[in-house]
Amino acid sequence: MRTTLGERLTDWAISGFMWGFRILIVFIVVYGTFSTLSSGKYTGEQWIDFIIFGISQGSIYALIALGYTMVYGILRMINFAHGEIFMSGAFSAYFLATWLDKMGFIDANPALGLIIPILFAMFMSASISMLVERIAYRPLRNAPRLVPLISAIGASFFLQYTFRGFFGPGVYAYPPIKALQGEWVFFGIGILKSQVIVAVSAAVIMAILYVIVMRTKIGKAMRAVSEDKDTAALMGIDVNRIIVSTFAIGAAMAGAAGVLYALIFRQVGFFMGFTPGIKAFTSAVLGGIGNIPGAMLGGLVLGVFESIGPALFLDGLGIPRPYQLKDAIAYTMLVMILLFRPSGILGERLTSKKA
Amino acid sequence: MKKENFIWSSIKVGLLAGAIGIFLSLVGMVEVFNKRDVVEKVISLGMFLLLAISMIAGFIASRRTSDLLGGNQAGSNLLAGTLAGLFTGITLALFVLASDQLNLRAIFLNATPTLSGLLTFGRGSGGLWMLPVLGAGTGLAGGAFLLLPLLVRRPITHAIMVIIFSALFSSLFRVIMVNQGGGIEKAAKAIFSQTGLTINGALVFIFGTLFISILWSSQGAKVQNRVDRLPAKGKLSLRVFSILLIAYVAIMLPQAAGPFIAQVIVIISLYILMGLGLNIEIGFAGLLDLGFVAFYAIGAYTVGLLTSYGEYGLQHVSFWVAVPIAVLISMMFGGILGVPVLGVRGDYLAIATLGFGEIVRLLAGSDFMAPYLGGPRGIIGIQKPCIGTLGEFIAVDIPRVCNGIELSKPQDIYYVAIASALLIAFFSWRLRESRLGRAWMAIREDEDVAEALGIKLVQAKLLAYMLGAAFAGLGGAIFATLVGSIFATSMQLIVSINVVALIIVGGMGSIPGVVVGALALIGLPELLREVSEFRFLLYGMALIAVMLAKPEGLWPSQTISRELHHDEAADATS
Repeated sequence: MRTTLGERLTDWAISGFMWGFRILIVFIVVYGTFSTLSSGKYTGEQWIDFIIFGISQGSIYALIALGYTMVYGILRMINFAHGEIFMSGAFSAYFLATWLDKMGFIDANPALGLIIPILFAMFMSASISMLVERIAYRPLRNAPRLVPLISAIGASFFLQYTFRGFFGPGVYAYPPIKALQGEWVFFGIGILKSQVIVAVSAAVIMAILYVIVMRTKIGKAMRAVSEDKDTAALMGIDVNRIIVSTFAIGAAMAGAAGVLYALIFRQVGFFMGFTPGIKAFTSAVLGGIGNIPGAMLGGLVLGVFESIGPALFLDGLGIPRPYQLKDAIAYTMLVMILLFRPSGILGERLTSKKA
Repeated sequence: MKKENFIWSSIKVGLLAGAIGIFLSLVGMVEVFNKRDVVEKVISLGMFLLLAISMIAGFIASRRTSDLLGGNQAGSNLLAGTLAGLFTGITLALFVLASDQLNLRAIFLNATPTLSGLLTFGRGSGGLWMLPVLGAGTGLAGGAFLLLPLLVRRPITHAIMVIIFSALFSSLFRVIMVNQGGGIEKAAKAIFSQTGLTINGALVFIFGTLFISILWSSQGAKVQNRVDRLPAKGKLSLRVFSILLIAYVAIMLPQAAGPFIAQVIVIISLYILMGLGLNIEIGFAGLLDLGFVAFYAIGAYTVGLLTSYGEYGLQHVSFWVAVPIAVLISMMFGGILGVPVLGVRGDYLAIATLGFGEIVRLLAGSDFMAPYLGGPRGIIGIQKPCIGTLGEFIAVDIPRVCNGIELSKPQDIYYVAIASALLIAFFSWRLRESRLGRAWMAIREDEDVAEALGIKLVQAKLLAYMLGAAFAGLGGAIFATLVGSIFATSMQLIVSINVVALIIVGGMGSIPGVVVGALALIGLPELLREVSEFRFLLYGMALIAVMLAKPEGLWPSQTISRELHHDEAADATS
């Protein structure tokens, strides 16, 4: 193919710019890390704290990311309202937990006081998500790709401001579980109990999901539908039912994540779903969207990076109060993954049909 | 397929409508709307909302009955309407009962005694029977409405719509008319009350609309015919006349309407401007950009830094110098940020750009950039535009003196915004039919095919993205001078969502659609305090509803609507 000189120059300019951008990012990371570590501003214990916090937060991202990834795997659609499903789980659990707390139930049975709100949140989130799917997504299943995405953005706003209307703009404090306050000491390192519990619960829930997807009949059907909807339908799979149950299972994970988030941060508000939602989406892309183990890994990686990032990369550059830019690290990572490896860590190269 | 029993279907419609009514009550809409009247002392807006729900339920149930029975059958239709309305009422009554018994207030903020008082018409539990009865009545009316001939139905629909419209905007009309003084002022006071229409006003509007509507349906065809038969010259002068009329209204409106409304109009025109800019990205090239606010912020901060006489002002040039620079810088950033992400497809792009928007906001508000951008304290003291020469810059916190006309009031900035919007409209109109515009549309339809046809994807997309960024920067620049200060907190994602929503609702790729979208989505909430409380809830509903019912928008561009209804057209011709 013949190309003019001007076109070739623009091509060069663009690829040169891309390389410049990559080198800049690598430089920032390497230089920042080096100067932070050589300054010795943070002790080893602080780094471990950062990492543990990152893991517990990352496991929450991972739980939310599962919903994004499963829905994307089946419908090739970004469920923009997923963050709000997470928020609705936290809200439902909050009301149940306050009620249980008033009766003294949580103090008496801390384990049940944790598990019952989680189950309730999973149920509520799943119901809301099924409703959203029915109203806002199902009629648009064969529409051009932007159409369901815009509808999802609408659903996200609708849910956010419905909750604002129902429960007001304020922030509610999730009732504390007394048994989970304080620290456990492992090998001489104190770790907040709540963080351990959150990471463990998330791991248990993810393990259950993995069994559902890999071992049960419905999981098999899900994998088949995500491979090829039409063929799956020919094999006698009720595609609609599988799509709905995918939404429900993903939402249940998000609902559980909502409760765990509320346990760590103790705050429940109508806007709480937005940022974790975007970050979970980042995790899903990081791990390779459509890939379930990828979402789990992506969540953990993002959580840890975000937790150590401000101290490790930015502090060394002499940026004051680097934790203010914590969220910016997550967003930059999102852009970088899309740039360097759009298929994610574990993802296969997306064929044009899937991308 | 087995046909449903019409009675059961009507009951389902009624229950659904009741659920919607409960939803609106719990969100707080009924109570807030109740503070406004449709017709003073007769019916409040909140009550009207509930009655409208049961009436629509009756209408829908009646229509479904006709579908199920294969034609109108007066008895069944009326029964269906009544049943639907009745069950709407019963559902709401049960809700009132439940909220009294269960103390729903502990969970739902809006389940207040005021709400249940409102729903029982102030009679406590003794008034519970009224909801089902009223519901059945309005449902019956809704059901009967379907049976009326079109000639009667249309004027009534028009009358109801005009009543609502004029009641909603009564305060606006009132202010404008009262400002004129004299007889107009008296007329305004006779028609509009403080909260809505007066009884006389309502009668005037109802009969006026009925008359005009009936006249139009009997004579309209003739008039239309005459217009169509006009010679080319006559048509042209008619068009010129209507354009002049619109221009006159656009120029005079802010002067006539007073400062509050002028402020609203400026904001609308600002959003029209940005909508036209983003329309190039979304409507033409199909790039869903949720990070529009990033460039808006860059434009605003550039103008702020260049013109502010406050402590962060780097230069103190005039507005007219700063704006082109701001536009260029936004465009440059558009290029820098665009190159990395534009290789990414459709929905990923939306999230990546959203990330950009957030990064810019976080940076602007952080301590890292605070020495340059003021951080949370923002940039204040932005010089107003001046037609004429500016005096010397003397010291921090002292504005430069303007020897000429200073455009300090919102009304003045309005003209700047409208002129820019016209410029952008001209740009996008010319671009759409250009080679580049067609390349964009090809990309929007199918990237792979477009690439195969020799379109350089990244370059064409980059141009669209940079133009969008430039216009966002212009919007931000004008916003900065309008407000006179910039804070990182005003650079929220909401700005991007506003612009995206107005384009989608108005019609992707359509220039008049952007204007309609901005009027509906920005104008309404700014003018009506009642609506502004539920602004984003309504946005969400509007986005979903538009995607479900009319994905081409309220005022679509012809090409897009043809594309979206391609299958139907193909069916019709085959």
